[in-house]
Amino acid sequence: MRELTYLQAIAEAGWQEMQRDPTVFVMGEDIRSGLFGATAGFLEEFGPERVRNTPISEAGFVGAAIGAAMTGMRPIVDMSISVFLYVAMDQVVSQAAKDTYLFGGQARIPIVIRSALFYGGSNAAHHSDRPYPMFMNVPGLKIITPATPYDAKGLLKSAIRDDDPVLSFEDCTLWYSKGDVPEDDYTVPLGSADVKHEGSDVTVVAIAGAVPHAIAAATKLAPDGISVEVVDPRSLVPLDRDTILRSVAKTGRLVVADPAHTTCSAASEISAIVVENAFGDLVAPILRVTTPDVQIPFSPPLERTLYPNAEKIAIAVRRVMESPVKASV
Amino acid sequence: MALDSEVLAEMYRRMVRIRRFDEKAIELVRKGYVPGAVHMTIGQEGEVVGACMALREDDYITGNHRSHGHPIAKGAETKPLMAELLGKRTGVCHGKGGSMHLADFKVGSLGESGIVASALPVATGAGLSAKLRGTDQVCVAFFGDGGANAGAFHEAINLAAVWALPVIYLCENNMYAVMTPISESAAVANIADRATAYSIPGVIVDGQDPLAVHAVVAEAVARARAGGGPSLIEAKTYRYREHAEFGGLDSSIPTYRSAEEVASWMERDPLPTFRARLEKDGALTDEALSAIESEVEAEIEEAVAFAKASPFPDPEEAFDDLYANPIVIRR
Repeated sequence: MRELTYLQAIAEAGWQEMQRDPTVFVMGEDIRSGLFGATAGFLEEFGPERVRNTPISEAGFVGAAIGAAMTGMRPIVDMSISVFLYVAMDQVVSQAAKDTYLFGGQARIPIVIRSALFYGGSNAAHHSDRPYPMFMNVPGLKIITPATPYDAKGLLKSAIRDDDPVLSFEDCTLWYSKGDVPEDDYTVPLGSADVKHEGSDVTVVAIAGAVPHAIAAATKLAPDGISVEVVDPRSLVPLDRDTILRSVAKTGRLVVADPAHTTCSAASEISAIVVENAFGDLVAPILRVTTPDVQIPFSPPLERTLYPNAEKIAIAVRRVMESPVKASV
Repeated sequence: MALDSEVLAEMYRRMVRIRRFDEKAIELVRKGYVPGAVHMTIGQEGEVVGACMALREDDYITGNHRSHGHPIAKGAETKPLMAELLGKRTGVCHGKGGSMHLADFKVGSLGESGIVASALPVATGAGLSAKLRGTDQVCVAFFGDGGANAGAFHEAINLAAVWALPVIYLCENNMYAVMTPISESAAVANIADRATAYSIPGVIVDGQDPLAVHAVVAEAVARARAGGGPSLIEAKTYRYREHAEFGGLDSSIPTYRSAEEVASWMERDPLPTFRARLEKDGALTDEALSAIESEVEAEIEEAVAFAKASPFPDPEEAFDDLYANPIVIRR
């Protein structure tokens, strides 16, 4: 099987969908130059009408994508970095998320907003957020968080074909990770979690860049006789609750690894769902491995320690294996 | 451009339709039939209708919280609009939007925005779509003087100008953002002066004169259809009511407009002024105009009866239409 990087898989999804459907087009800041590689070569292939550089006007071009989507187009907005979504917040929340509902179903808004979770590279607080949880709190949006090249291509294709606004949060710590990606057309449906590593003692639900760390933790703990199951939700809205609950029913223990800040994180929501629906299955309290509620600092030694990693996940797994669990870390 | 009498009659009909619709809505607010805030178009019918009559049915419009006039002027049926004000299932948005968020996609009304200026970028996108699909459709974005000071105004118009999109940005300058006069919120004398900043035409027009508005919008539309890009048009107008209908709170609204100012604008009420002109010019007879008025009167009565007789949605319908491709929503 052919290997692609995560970024190449993203590029291939957009490329193939633009070939398949003439209503798909892409716009964003500096995309003709293909700065991060997700739109490299698009201008030459698809021409300037369908590959649009925008001014630094996030509200303007997200709104324009919404208007174009309402009237028959399927725009892909390349927001480059997730924090720039804040600049377009009114358009994302007041228009993209709400107009289908507000207008009683008259509006279809098939728009994909791609953005990078741009953390871990000393870019400090203005660039490094992982803000998908705040958008989970906005009904009307769909949210994907691919963790592998295969999932990135398949999820993005589903997102582009979906008739609703989809936010794609692409983890920059995975940009150059490689994996098998079929060249042909395939999709990964929204709302289908994937068991990335099978196990029987502890379920680790891991999101985006936390997925490889969770798999590494599973590998590290196996020789100690601790069998970890890693579940990757792949999309946070819709969320595949069944796969998560099924895994917890099997293991009785849950750790959620999520690069977002702790409070109201995706991990918080997943924990609540498990407590509400599977309390009887749990033999230990749930632990979250998240980024503490501080802003992201610039200096590498300050930043490096903040995010979930294999070591932290392994510690959490060992703690839930002890029963009863000791006082919190 | 001389308009034939059929077009003039339709123009007058739509102006009367808006006025009667809003007058009825006020009555229904007072009687407790209409929940929530309601913003009247009364006084601004000339610019709204003048602009929309320069459009085709397949052209688009976007608007704002002062919403009733826009879809009516674009040709929307009044029954589903009135039912929407009452929160009924037969409402144009099935009771999801209400007065501030009317939309009727059948006639190109892409929706009114409760957030000031928020629909301006959406209008830019409708223009972008027309360009990409290779049609000659245009979009008119209605917004107020208040909206002209939001960042979205700048971003939307700049983008349309850079990409030469077929969009007409129509500022309905009624001189007050709620109660704050435009002189306190904009340094320019005219919003249209800002067109210079985008290198696009900026035109000021008397918003109380539907024919004058029609003429400048028609010119901007022709330019947009021909690939000449966007325009900024400022219609000077006035709302005759307060910012919104406040139910029992009317007496608590402080005075912010002088009696003289209100009176001088009332003298230029677009309805009687236009009516007199049509009659004087021999375009329509008094009988023809009266017939339009009684037809509209009856139509609005029917709309009210339809709205009152319509059922409310079931609570379960709150879960409908959140997504076009639905997902499971936890109850």
